[in-house]
Amino acid sequence: MVAASLRLREVRKSFPAPDNSLEQRLVLDGISVSLSDGELVSLIGPSGCGKSTLLRLIAGLDFPDSGELLVGALPITAPSAERGLVFQDPNLFPWLTVRRNIEAGLAARGLLQGKQGEVDEFMRLVRLEAFGNAYPHHLSGGMSQRVALARALINHPKVLLLDEPLGALDAFTRMQMQDEVLRLWEARRTTMLLVTHDIDEAIYMSDRIMMMTQRPGRIEQTIPIHLDRPRDRSSQEFLQLRTQILEHLHFAGAAKA
Amino acid sequence: MLQSPAVPRVDKVGDSGSEPSGPSGIGTSAFVKSRENGEEPAKFSTAALLAVPSAAAVTLSVHLLVSKNEPVPDRNTYTTFLVTFFVVSIIAAVMQRKWPALRAAMWRLRPLFTAAVLLLCAWEVVTAGLRLLPLPYFPAPAGVMQSMVNDRALLFDSTWHSLVLLLGGYSLGVLAGLISGVCIGWSRPARYWGMPLLKVVGPVPATAWIPLAMVVSPSATTSAAGLIALAVWFPVTMLTASGVSNTRASYLDVARTLGAGQRYLIFRVAIPAALPSIFVGLFMGLGASFLTLVVAESVGVKSGLGWYVSWAQGWAEYGKVYAALVIMAAFFSTIMTLLFKVRDRVLVWQKGMIKW
Repeated sequence: MVAASLRLREVRKSFPAPDNSLEQRLVLDGISVSLSDGELVSLIGPSGCGKSTLLRLIAGLDFPDSGELLVGALPITAPSAERGLVFQDPNLFPWLTVRRNIEAGLAARGLLQGKQGEVDEFMRLVRLEAFGNAYPHHLSGGMSQRVALARALINHPKVLLLDEPLGALDAFTRMQMQDEVLRLWEARRTTMLLVTHDIDEAIYMSDRIMMMTQRPGRIEQTIPIHLDRPRDRSSQEFLQLRTQILEHLHFAGAAKA
Repeated sequence: MLQSPAVPRVDKVGDSGSEPSGPSGIGTSAFVKSRENGEEPAKFSTAALLAVPSAAAVTLSVHLLVSKNEPVPDRNTYTTFLVTFFVVSIIAAVMQRKWPALRAAMWRLRPLFTAAVLLLCAWEVVTAGLRLLPLPYFPAPAGVMQSMVNDRALLFDSTWHSLVLLLGGYSLGVLAGLISGVCIGWSRPARYWGMPLLKVVGPVPATAWIPLAMVVSPSATTSAAGLIALAVWFPVTMLTASGVSNTRASYLDVARTLGAGQRYLIFRVAIPAALPSIFVGLFMGLGASFLTLVVAESVGVKSGLGWYVSWAQGWAEYGKVYAALVIMAAFFSTIMTLLFKVRDRVLVWQKGMIKW
């Protein structure tokens, strides 16, 4: 069996209810997940089901009420460069050029010196060699997101957390970027956890799809995708999976009502 | 009518007789297209070219006419100035055909220069010509310029003293303001204790502390520097603190997941993110420092342009008062321009993102 690079056990998280009462609202209810090394897993579910909260917990930006989060054998206690996070908004530092943004991961840890070759390599990897000196606001959405990916990957994270990274892109760019992310994944074999609300994207990209329920978020079902890559979005199996997931989500919704 | 094209350019500007060059379809007007595009012209029409020289000529003739009864030493400098200006404007009009950079500058500055020269003319007509304003409070431009030349040593010395005092006080205030601003903006306890102090002490004009400053400080100059620093400190602190505390949380989150520590978060994320706001504080502080400088110099410090103005006023030498005011205007606006240049340099990443 492959070593689990990320393991969550019975994670619960609640927030104060927005209506100012003292009540706590349960957002994540007993999430248990295990990601193997180099696996690409998607997390889909209705909006507000706590997908982003879960990623923040894994990133170490927030803390669970109870449960265990482990990377390898070590518990997650704080943010770390070993768990990269890419948001829907690329959040590039606007005061830095593209190159300096990509370097930021190294610079933040004081490891930049003598790593210019590596920076070059990542600029090439995301095909932005020609834009090193451009400032972020000159870039298109897809390019910005590629910079954000390179900035996270340059730290060689054990896990890359992707919070709807392609959600703000138009349909064509999004499909190109899906291939781009897959290419990066195949090149670097980084374990990736992708939060998305796009069912096609989840089927097209992942090894496994985990489906979450409406709040409080639980992982309802996990569907392994055994299709060979590159996947054909119009193949029979693809469409079957799509129908299966849609039915499932619909069923989940109807059961609650 | 039109100048022959010295340097061919992409814009077909003012080719009278050829096809219309802009959407307006007017080919005869010299700069239709350029004006619409806000670009410099390919060439000047004769009328546009002669605007500044003719304005200078008018002003010069009016001056000679008005001041013909004045003693020569009192008007000599101004006459020389106008003649020089006239000659230079003619030379520039000729040179611009060979020198595109000069042409571009002239195109931008032509209306301003014309207006400025005509304004001098109007000033002379109203004062020396028609004697509409009482003397000695409103001297003619010739008198002001003469005072400037006659008293140049003292004026230079005063400017120098003002510069030293201003820069000393300003740098001190900026330094203190940046430090306290970052602390208040970043740390919760510093915010809790610093903010009330800032809110209570900050709005008091620095000049209100003059009586106290005079008692506390050994010399008038150090107390003035302290007051200027205080005047600068408040806006710089306020805007630095607000800029730092308003750093987008997601920038900080991203930096944390990249492995950043406190130092990186403060100096490489929060402060750069706050820079646009910090510069607003620096500009406000600069304005406050000018005010405080002049007030301090006119009440306590025995040197500088502020002192010079009140000293000259005491002798009813209003020519000198205006001379000092003119120098003050040039001096302060130069410093302001320098700060703009620094900002353009530091905030170059904003270019094209926001309107300056």
